[in-house]
Amino acid sequence: MAENLRVNPIQCTGHGVCAELLPELVTLDEWGYPIIDPRPVPPALDRDARRAVAACPTLALRLLRSEQPARSG
Amino acid sequence: MSTAVNESAPGGAARHHAGLPRLLPAAPEDLHAHLARYGPTPYQRRPGVLIAAVETAGLTGRGGAAFPVYRKLDVVARAGLRQGRKVVVANGAESEPASRKDEMLLRLAPNLVLDGLQLAAEAVGATEAHLYLHYAPGPQILRALAERASRGLDRLGVTVTQAPPRFLAGQETAVVNRLGGGPALPTFQPPRVTERGLGGAPTLVQNVETLAHLALIARYGPRWFRAVGTGDEPGSMLTTIYRPDTKAHIREAAIGTPLSALLGAIDGASDGGVQAWLVGGYHGTWLPVPDAAGVTLDNASLARFGAAAGAGVLAALPSDRCGLTETARVTGYLAAESAGQCGPCLNGLPRIAAALAELAGFKGPGHRRRTVADLERWSGLVEGRGACHHPDGTVRFVRSALTTFAPEIARHARGQCSATERRPYLPLPDGLPAREEDWT
Amino acid sequence: MNTAFWYASRATGIVALLLLTAVLVLGILVNRQGRLPGLPRFAVTDLHRNLSLLSVAFIAVHVLTAVADTYVHIPLVSAVIPFASGYERFWLGLGAVSLDIMLAMIVTSLLRGRLNRVLWRAVHLLAYASWPIAFAHSIGSSKDLQQGWMLILAIGCAMIIVAAVIWRLAHAAQQVPRAGRVAAVFAQHTASAARRHRGTVAR
Repeated sequence: MAENLRVNPIQCTGHGVCAELLPELVTLDEWGYPIIDPRPVPPALDRDARRAVAACPTLALRLLRSEQPARSG
Repeated sequence: MSTAVNESAPGGAARHHAGLPRLLPAAPEDLHAHLARYGPTPYQRRPGVLIAAVETAGLTGRGGAAFPVYRKLDVVARAGLRQGRKVVVANGAESEPASRKDEMLLRLAPNLVLDGLQLAAEAVGATEAHLYLHYAPGPQILRALAERASRGLDRLGVTVTQAPPRFLAGQETAVVNRLGGGPALPTFQPPRVTERGLGGAPTLVQNVETLAHLALIARYGPRWFRAVGTGDEPGSMLTTIYRPDTKAHIREAAIGTPLSALLGAIDGASDGGVQAWLVGGYHGTWLPVPDAAGVTLDNASLARFGAAAGAGVLAALPSDRCGLTETARVTGYLAAESAGQCGPCLNGLPRIAAALAELAGFKGPGHRRRTVADLERWSGLVEGRGACHHPDGTVRFVRSALTTFAPEIARHARGQCSATERRPYLPLPDGLPAREEDWT
Repeated sequence: MNTAFWYASRATGIVALLLLTAVLVLGILVNRQGRLPGLPRFAVTDLHRNLSLLSVAFIAVHVLTAVADTYVHIPLVSAVIPFASGYERFWLGLGAVSLDIMLAMIVTSLLRGRLNRVLWRAVHLLAYASWPIAFAHSIGSSKDLQQGWMLILAIGCAMIIVAAVIWRLAHAAQQVPRAGRVAAVFAQHTASAARRHRGTVAR
């Protein structure tokens, strides 16, 4: 049951809490927005990932099951 | 705004290829002429038949994304509840400023599009049909709808909505957003509109040209459709062509047609006129000529240059223009048309556009190196990080310009420009968005 | 025993007011992406949420001890049903209103992922109503807060809230509407580019 971290870029306002709580998978770009590792979340980081998702002030960070197709054209 | 010319008229210059033109008659056809040529709308009456035919035909979307049509139809047909609401939308927003083919199709053969809309609705079990247009509906469309209604040809009433003149207005989620009463701004997926779209119902959004092809496949079958085109990319597509010596024109071309046949041959003698080809519109790719001279109008061939056919915009850039300046102009437009909803796109695209404008200015080689480095960094930062593909397409366009116009960039760094003609070449609309109402 | 309950109710009430003041200020700080010196960003969010739960805990004790105290009759339900108490009907009623709003805010926040975003935000904005109502309840029903250093404490809290709300409103006034954001980025970038290249000589 692989899960991927994804951010809703419309909801995200760049608080940066996710990058603090999950630096292994999230870094911030030069404007403060998260760059998320696209690979599935390793089991060891699962708890931290859930904590980061819960801590997001705008609930922009989500954990999605396996490979959901991304945006369309 | 110059009117594009239809070059596909029977007997016209494009008639060299057997089986063409398929979509565009010489003059606008009203319902009477349409019925005389094609007969009534061929409702299938049995589920799955049309979808199977479309699968065999290999029809892909003609709105730019080239997604297999049968897959979208299938997903929407299976989605939701048996008796639930389902929506089909004919997308005629044609938000790409350089594209005029949907406008031409809707003017000349609206009934073909409307047939396709009804057939797609039947295939997925839709309860609601919409037509989404770039301009206020023209007399041909309105008359076609009225005539079809009075003859009881349409199973579903069609609601016509006008899109705002924004680049993103034709994006699938923006269409659904607008039809739902909101602004024509993209929304985040998941959920996909095919699962939860307009009012939460599974929604099929299909380009008007795609629907026209579908209406013909329903009549003549998949084998007929595959009689032109390539094995992997069958059929024909409408292209909007810009050549230095002519006005913009629309031409229906078989997929796989050499670009030189559409844009003019490039050889030692006559390439004095053209320096590069733009394929796929403003989210497309600049191809260097003569390197790309042998490329054909199919994604397999175009992929070798990192290009794709998109919605069929093909432009030959004259040698007397500056490719860097053209790119900077268009990128400025693309940046201004950002929805401004996603941090990376909002921050990155204006900076990328400004950097290109600086490269087009004459600021010295040191400045050029820093600016190109910034450009490359920003391009990497925006790609894939928006809710839609706007940043990705813009980056593809810009990167191809950095490669194709590298010599020109170097010239500008030395304070020179090879252009002798300053008038802009690629078309851009007037009026950039400034207020919230500009998206509704 | 009664006196103990009464004192406990007054004390927990005051602490609750202080905590709620902190919670509202922290909420504004989260919204403004502000930082607490020396603390990471997630601390602001977590403190805001945790202190709000702690406040409710203190309010629970505040209510239960007031009910347990038999010197005056305060029915338990008057904690959530406004104006249902015989004793100090109006001022206690305000407390109930404020608590009701707080409970709605907490429940909607716990269920936030499943709720419509607009609904969550609308309920959460009621915080700006809940605090003043709690403040009025505090001053009106407690003689403690009406004099001496407790009064100064209460006024101090009010001034902090006013300052925080002004800060919040000022930001809201400066916010560029979505339609103008791209233009704002262009302008900001042009200005900083001009500063950077002031020394460069164009050929």
